[in-house]
Amino acid sequence: MIPSITELKVDADDLRVARLAAAAVGLSLADAAIPLPLPGVKPGLANIVALLVLARYGWMSAAWVSGLRVVAGSLLLGQFLAPGFFLSLAGAIFSLAALALAQYLPARWFGMVSWSLLASFAHIAGQVMLARLWLVPHDGVFRLTPVFALAALVFGVLNGLIACRLQRDFMPEK
Amino acid sequence: MWRSFLRPGDCALIFLALLGTALSFPLLWQGGTGEKLVIRQEGALFLEVDLQTPREIRVPGPLGETRIVVEKGRARVVADPGPRQYCVRQGWISRAGEIAICAPNRVSLVIAGKNAPYDSLHY
Repeated sequence: MIPSITELKVDADDLRVARLAAAAVGLSLADAAIPLPLPGVKPGLANIVALLVLARYGWMSAAWVSGLRVVAGSLLLGQFLAPGFFLSLAGAIFSLAALALAQYLPARWFGMVSWSLLASFAHIAGQVMLARLWLVPHDGVFRLTPVFALAALVFGVLNGLIACRLQRDFMPEK
Repeated sequence: MWRSFLRPGDCALIFLALLGTALSFPLLWQGGTGEKLVIRQEGALFLEVDLQTPREIRVPGPLGETRIVVEKGRARVVADPGPRQYCVRQGWISRAGEIAICAPNRVSLVIAGKNAPYDSLHY
């Protein structure tokens, strides 16, 4: 094999991010396979990974994992650069922004369920805003807000609880 | 067991989210409510009234008088001299774009919102 001229230094951090992103991609594929009545309403299982990464390795790693998950997940689903891709990207950016603030909440009072809930509401806020500005330039989009808010509430709490459980069972120290 | 994962702040946040979601339902579901009633006679504007102020309006036409009642954001034709009474049977109209037409007496009612969703007369 011809040796490559450019050599990418891969350190332990990169490998870890790649491994976690792969887990997140797997979960987002599972997400896409779950049939739900409304387009846009999804459990967002991949966010469980983001929550655990944030808790353990910090926001930067969580941002990498989410970003890679959105790009790689959309490539696998054949949605790269399609509207669905930009909607997930907007959702991911908004929920990462929410998590950037949420991580400073006092841990005594707020756990991962709070993070998850804040992230899921930020996620739908970002998506509805993008949809209003770009995909469906009509105020009628906002009439779906209650449905999305309900989904964010239910799945936000569930994902947060699952993340707590996984943290307790598989990441005992901390 | 799952309860043990919830810290006090989590419960408060869940409660807030639940409240916000519940409140958003009626607020956003109604959508497209009308604001004004536009009454036309012989195709010409007869009167434009606010839907929130209750009042009764009498519109004279070739057959007689059409009586219209406005209240609580809605309007209806209560009496019309027309033979088939279609506009009376239409009942209350309240959403932007809804209409009632008393053709024999040449009277029409249209609910106007901030921005009309579609033109129901010409569609």
